[in-house]
Amino acid sequence: MSGRERDPQGGGPGPDANVGAPRRPEGPGAVLADYLLPGARAALAGRAAGTAVLGAWVLLWGVGVLRAGRVAATLRGGVVDEWVALATLVIGLAACPRAARRWLAPVLRREGGGVADGAWGPAAGGGGPVDWEAFGRHRQAAVGLVLLGALILVALLTPYLAPYDPNAQHAVVATRFLSPSAAHPLGTDRFGRDVLSRALYGARISLSIGFVAVAIAISIGTLVGAGAGMAGGALDTVSMRGVDLLLSFPRLVLLIALVALFEPGIALVTLVLGVTGWMGTARIVRGQVLSIREEEYVQAARALGFGRWRVLTRHVLPNALTPVIVAATLGVGNTILAEAALSFLGLGVQPPTASWGNMVASGRDVMLHAWWIAAFPGVAIVLTVVSFNLVGDGLRDALDPRRTGRLR
Amino acid sequence: MLRYTGRRLLEAVPLLLGIVTLTFILLHVAPGDPTTAYFNPNIPPDVLEQMRRNLGLDRPLPVQYLDWLRSFFTGHFGYSFSQHRPVAAVIGDALPNTLLLSGVSLVLIFVLGCAVGIVQAVRQYSALDQVLTVGALTLYSVPGFWLGLMLILLVSAPAVSSWLHLPISGMTSIGYDSMGTWGRIWDQVRHLVLPTIALGLASAAGVARYMRGSMLEVIRQDYIRTARAKGLGEREVILGHALRNALLPVVSLLGLYLPLLFGGTVVIEVVFSWPGMGRLLYDGILARDYPVVMAATFLFGALVVAGNLVSDLLYAAVDPRVRYGER
Repeated sequence: MSGRERDPQGGGPGPDANVGAPRRPEGPGAVLADYLLPGARAALAGRAAGTAVLGAWVLLWGVGVLRAGRVAATLRGGVVDEWVALATLVIGLAACPRAARRWLAPVLRREGGGVADGAWGPAAGGGGPVDWEAFGRHRQAAVGLVLLGALILVALLTPYLAPYDPNAQHAVVATRFLSPSAAHPLGTDRFGRDVLSRALYGARISLSIGFVAVAIAISIGTLVGAGAGMAGGALDTVSMRGVDLLLSFPRLVLLIALVALFEPGIALVTLVLGVTGWMGTARIVRGQVLSIREEEYVQAARALGFGRWRVLTRHVLPNALTPVIVAATLGVGNTILAEAALSFLGLGVQPPTASWGNMVASGRDVMLHAWWIAAFPGVAIVLTVVSFNLVGDGLRDALDPRRTGRLR
Repeated sequence: MLRYTGRRLLEAVPLLLGIVTLTFILLHVAPGDPTTAYFNPNIPPDVLEQMRRNLGLDRPLPVQYLDWLRSFFTGHFGYSFSQHRPVAAVIGDALPNTLLLSGVSLVLIFVLGCAVGIVQAVRQYSALDQVLTVGALTLYSVPGFWLGLMLILLVSAPAVSSWLHLPISGMTSIGYDSMGTWGRIWDQVRHLVLPTIALGLASAAGVARYMRGSMLEVIRQDYIRTARAKGLGEREVILGHALRNALLPVVSLLGLYLPLLFGGTVVIEVVFSWPGMGRLLYDGILARDYPVVMAATFLFGALVVAGNLVSDLLYAAVDPRVRYGER
């Protein structure tokens, strides 16, 4: 038995104690560890979730200590962005020990000091149609989840993290096109603006557009799909023909044609991404509804005399939504890619507001002597989309027992 | 097969009609009309009114719609305001270029994707498989425009450009007209390299992931065990017996990737100054050249419909069950 598998705080008993003893009391050392370095015990046991909690804890403290001046400035009166960052800081610092106690410690205890396989997370043991245990063991999904959590945390904390104002221009001639250095880790652009700060603010824009647009798309798609599936007949045929029709346009072409007719801006881009992204969801939900409609429990609900609406919302939809979660996760990644392409073409988020797409566009002309302006925002896009794809794949595998390898 | 082809062709007609209708609606929900959007604001109102009448914008909507419909079926897409020539001629120049670029990319997507997927499936869980899996996942998430720019950066670096001379924009070199036939072909091929990679690599990664899964499923089947048991070499088993069956589901991916491919041409053609439909659409939007924008939008839709038709027919050709199932 290697030292790594033991409880580092001495809370874990000997090897024979964990046979047939699923719940054992913890020593005060373990409790103390969970409050001083939440997640550390789970991280030492080789758990991605532990690493994530520990990482978040260190990051939050680091930001709080290093940016104490900015935090104080927020308290004296800050803009909404800064209040959001402050709230993230406070809630995060409170949540980390709680998470370590609430869902990491019980798992460690059950496993007797923490052996590196098995499930993690609040729903360990499963329950829903998503096999959370399989999801937890999915290494790629864990990496994606940690990456995604870090991205969202960074986006929320941006006002404290960004070294400079994303739009500040001082002494442009002296500060423009500076290559990456200690003062500007990712260099500066043609107006002397810090590329790192702009990329951080761009994360807020890209992630929020992605989430909101997908929320719109999922809502429309679920509505249309459920309506078509429940109604059947002519309504079903007509709406599915409509879906086929919309799917026969390349999405980017439809987006460009729609955006070009109106004034570009963040709200329009979000809305247009939402209304062009729902067709896949509608198909999925319709298919689910068609099969669930015939299930016995739905027949039973009908026989009890429940109305259509109640049957749909209480009995059919909750059981139809699991594949939609997968589609939504993958959809956020695709939406972020589409937004980047639109902004790159100058039809999406308009400068000076930083978005990864328009940052790449602004670096395009000067790429050969200032490569960092176009290169780094692209790396940010790839990282973000990869993490959504990893989590989405993990969820899909967790939904499909054939692919987890358990039945092989 | 003939019967099936006929049915699929008939099904495409309402789709095309829908596409024409949708582009018409798009044009008319936009605030203002073409004349206000791109003409000089100093033009007196009566002249503007005259222009509107010349364009037929003063007529009732149903009449305009029928006119619009007729124009698409006769190929008279109207007149381009920015290029001062008929839209049909503008599109006639651009369409072959886009078809060339997307056709070559499509070959890259499926050949490269399938090859990588097969290698991964045959060597499942090996180091190579894991590297390729991570690589495919990353490539799948790379935006095409950024990949294009990074490729330009790469071939422009002194260390690379000293031995690899690849053009980074346009379709032909300056002295193209004075080249011989082979010189011209070679010149075009060189211009195609970077845009093709930028356009196709992400989708190729997607195909590779799919192919790997499909191949793994086939390898587990009984007839593969039979083939091995009767003493066939591994090469013969994989390429002769497994490949054909593993390819079946991959053919149906074609319909999924075509819209992605054609959408990608817009961005890639802008990055590489490729004179095709995507660039036409983009320039048309910047110039507020509505006839060009609408014709291009329609054609992209029509291309996808045609592509889906071809992919369905292809699928029916390789899998007889589809044809017999339909009656």
